[in-house]
Amino acid sequence: MRVEALCKRFGGLIATDEVTFDVQSGELHAVIGPNGAGKTTLINQICGLIAPDAGRIIFAGTDITAMPAHARAALGLARSFQITSILPEFSVLENVALAVQARSGTSFRFFGRVDAEEALNAPALAALAEAGLESRAGVAARHLSHGERRALEVAIALALKPRLLLLDEPMAGAGHEETERLIVMLSRLKGRFPMVLVEHDMRAVFALADRISVLLYGRILASGTPELVRNHPQVIAAYLGTGME
Amino acid sequence: MPSGRHFAFADRLRTSSGAELTPILIFAALALLPAAAALAGQGHLISLFMRVMIFAIAALGLDLIVGYGALVSFGHAAFVGLGAYAVGILAAHGINDGFLALAAALLVTTLFAIATGIVSLRTEGVYFIMITLAFGQMAYFTASSLAPYGGDDGLTIHVRNTALGFDLLRHDQALYYVVLASLVGSYLLCRALVASRFGRVFRGARENRIRVETMGFDVFRFQLVAYAISGALGGLSGFLLANATNFVSPAYMSWHRSGELIIMVLLGGMGRLHGAIIGAAAFLLLEQWLSDLTEHWKMIFGPFLVLVVVFARGGLIGLAGELSRKLRRG
Amino acid sequence: MSITLLIVQVLNGLQLGLLLFLIAAGLTLVFGVMNFINLAHGVQYMLGAYLAVMFYPGTGNFLAALALALAASLALGLVLEFAVLRHLYDRDHLDQVIATFGIILFLNQGVKFIWGAAPLSLPIPEMFSGSLALMPGLLYPVWRLVIIAAGLATAAALYGVVAYTRVGMLVRAGASNAGMVSALGVDIRRLFMIVFGFGTMLAGFAGIMIAPILSVEPGMGDTILILAFVVIVIGGIGSIRGAFLAALLIGLVDTLGRSFAVDILRLVMAPSPARTVGPAIASMLIYLLMALVLYVRPAGLFPVKGR
Repeated sequence: MRVEALCKRFGGLIATDEVTFDVQSGELHAVIGPNGAGKTTLINQICGLIAPDAGRIIFAGTDITAMPAHARAALGLARSFQITSILPEFSVLENVALAVQARSGTSFRFFGRVDAEEALNAPALAALAEAGLESRAGVAARHLSHGERRALEVAIALALKPRLLLLDEPMAGAGHEETERLIVMLSRLKGRFPMVLVEHDMRAVFALADRISVLLYGRILASGTPELVRNHPQVIAAYLGTGME
Repeated sequence: MPSGRHFAFADRLRTSSGAELTPILIFAALALLPAAAALAGQGHLISLFMRVMIFAIAALGLDLIVGYGALVSFGHAAFVGLGAYAVGILAAHGINDGFLALAAALLVTTLFAIATGIVSLRTEGVYFIMITLAFGQMAYFTASSLAPYGGDDGLTIHVRNTALGFDLLRHDQALYYVVLASLVGSYLLCRALVASRFGRVFRGARENRIRVETMGFDVFRFQLVAYAISGALGGLSGFLLANATNFVSPAYMSWHRSGELIIMVLLGGMGRLHGAIIGAAAFLLLEQWLSDLTEHWKMIFGPFLVLVVVFARGGLIGLAGELSRKLRRG
Repeated sequence: MSITLLIVQVLNGLQLGLLLFLIAAGLTLVFGVMNFINLAHGVQYMLGAYLAVMFYPGTGNFLAALALALAASLALGLVLEFAVLRHLYDRDHLDQVIATFGIILFLNQGVKFIWGAAPLSLPIPEMFSGSLALMPGLLYPVWRLVIIAAGLATAAALYGVVAYTRVGMLVRAGASNAGMVSALGVDIRRLFMIVFGFGTMLAGFAGIMIAPILSVEPGMGDTILILAFVVIVIGGIGSIRGAFLAALLIGLVDTLGRSFAVDILRLVMAPSPARTVGPAIASMLIYLLMALVLYVRPAGLFPVKGR
């Protein structure tokens, strides 16, 4: 995926300022930056929930800049949300089965019990297993703990057979143990498909990222390998500080 | 239950699968009613319950979009009216064939649903309620101005629809069973829809629209199809209503009627399908009983509605569920 | 089509618009600040009229009847709020619609029970009866001018209160984000009561003012309720400014549409179909307008919601 010169203003506020970066196949590209740097706005533009004012987004060889969100998702662009976004009244299994369904042919089928479709349930269970949730399959999603909801988000994203996964602060609000579990899960997924990880937790970022881009006031301050970014003077001054590992 | 593995699905599904007996009982009772009524000398009950079933079909269609999709339409009566007018207008031109009339009713209502749905579904919340109300009013005023078809006073239909030339529906008994069959058919259709792939997406969109969109589903299209099906069911109801009452009038489309349909759905218990049937029965029977008691029955019915809303969430089905839970415990 | 007729109908449209504004203002505030759909607002308008009719014979004086009816209107509204509506604030809109629908049924029947179904009337106060010659050959009823004046005065006062007082600021903030206002320490329940009471009084006031020229009967609130909802939807829920502009627009469109629809249609079709289609289109005009506005701006012209 490639983002070229993306721009977005909200009135007087420039949220995205000529942002250009790309994600190579199989890599995990982290986007970091202080609060208010425009990270979530950037993600929203990539997945299609906000329209940019200028610039292009190229994905899977296609210019998707004008495509609505559901069409991008159908192309393989999957995302998890910073504020957990699941279907609370559906069971955990059904949440993921719906995602599987999105990739399994048409949903304009009006007859036939969908909850009996093994072709949907089996891959859903597999995705749940990857996320460590298979024991909670029958529970209503609203009964899940915060960390389990995060894992469900990842399971949903996996079930979508993504060609690119956008992760919007998956560690947000997670305790130490949960963060560890998520890091392990994400490192297992690395390499299967490219991922863009927006995150604050530096431990996770430096443990997982192949490349890091630093966003400040909507602009890319620096972009490169973790080593490069860690030692970049401007990044240290603006964001990392000298006390970090 | 699917493939040997028993999953306890979300609470709502659990209770409804346990209560699968209820719809069967309802239909059995309805099937036996004409005979029982004749025996008890209460022949008038046949036409009363025919009305109940006819409105139950419309309520089913409404429950589909309100209960499962959270699309509160305040213009549903328009579909009933349009279906009825299809019968009436054709009859006024000498066309009495039932199949033609039904086809016309379904076609008109589906088209109206698609046309209005395209505009309405771009809005949400109270704006959706208002715009569906507006379209309902437009249909109402159009019908009122159709002077050749009775205008405000309505149109009498002298002969009920015939089927392939046979005057089948002339007797209430026959029409009753046609209506019952339509109700059962509509119910099964809605059940299948809700449990299908389509239904899952539609229900999911009610839970979290953005999540479903970012999974790759064009929610607007799903909602439009559901809205069209709901409208067609309203049209079926109107077709049957015109035949049952031998009369058609703009009042069938008034916003009061739309409100009553919503009440029926809520009263029975939203999102349970057979709740729509129970709600229609409860509403019409209560209306009948109370109006026999006093001409000021609305002064009792009004507060009753308020009490139902405040205390009986989940309608009558919810109440019954709570009662049975309390009885089992105590 | 004479100029006189046009001016008369424009004034009638203004009068209807301002009347609608009085009703819509309360409705949009209640909906905007409290997120509460109040279908019973229409019966509050009706009650105002009935109360005025009730108090007039005893006092023999319109102003006294007005004052008493306003007070009673407010009292009844607050009782309703306390007894019933308060329990519905946290419920979803569907529940609110049904419950307030039930209140409509109850009160419509209630007035029939107390006062009978026959339409009642109230005489126009002596000094405002008769017509004024606005132009040679143009006589316009004085009372309608009074309504227009009262409507404009109320609008100005409302604007003053909302824009320049503390309460007004709280109301504006509440319409934008009630949760935040509550979190800042404002007693949101008191604010709700003030907003609701005020809205009720405005509706009652409209009913009282219209009583002398319209027949007072059960169900008179229903049609005006729908119009008021159309107004607030077009204007944007929570916005007084939107309600004002939309109310004037609707008043003018509806009045002028009904008067001149047939004539306008005659320009493009034969007289007979024009006479049939005309009234139908005239009745639908405001709904077409609303559909058009919502198509272009799904949240109305001046949406306030910051949520």
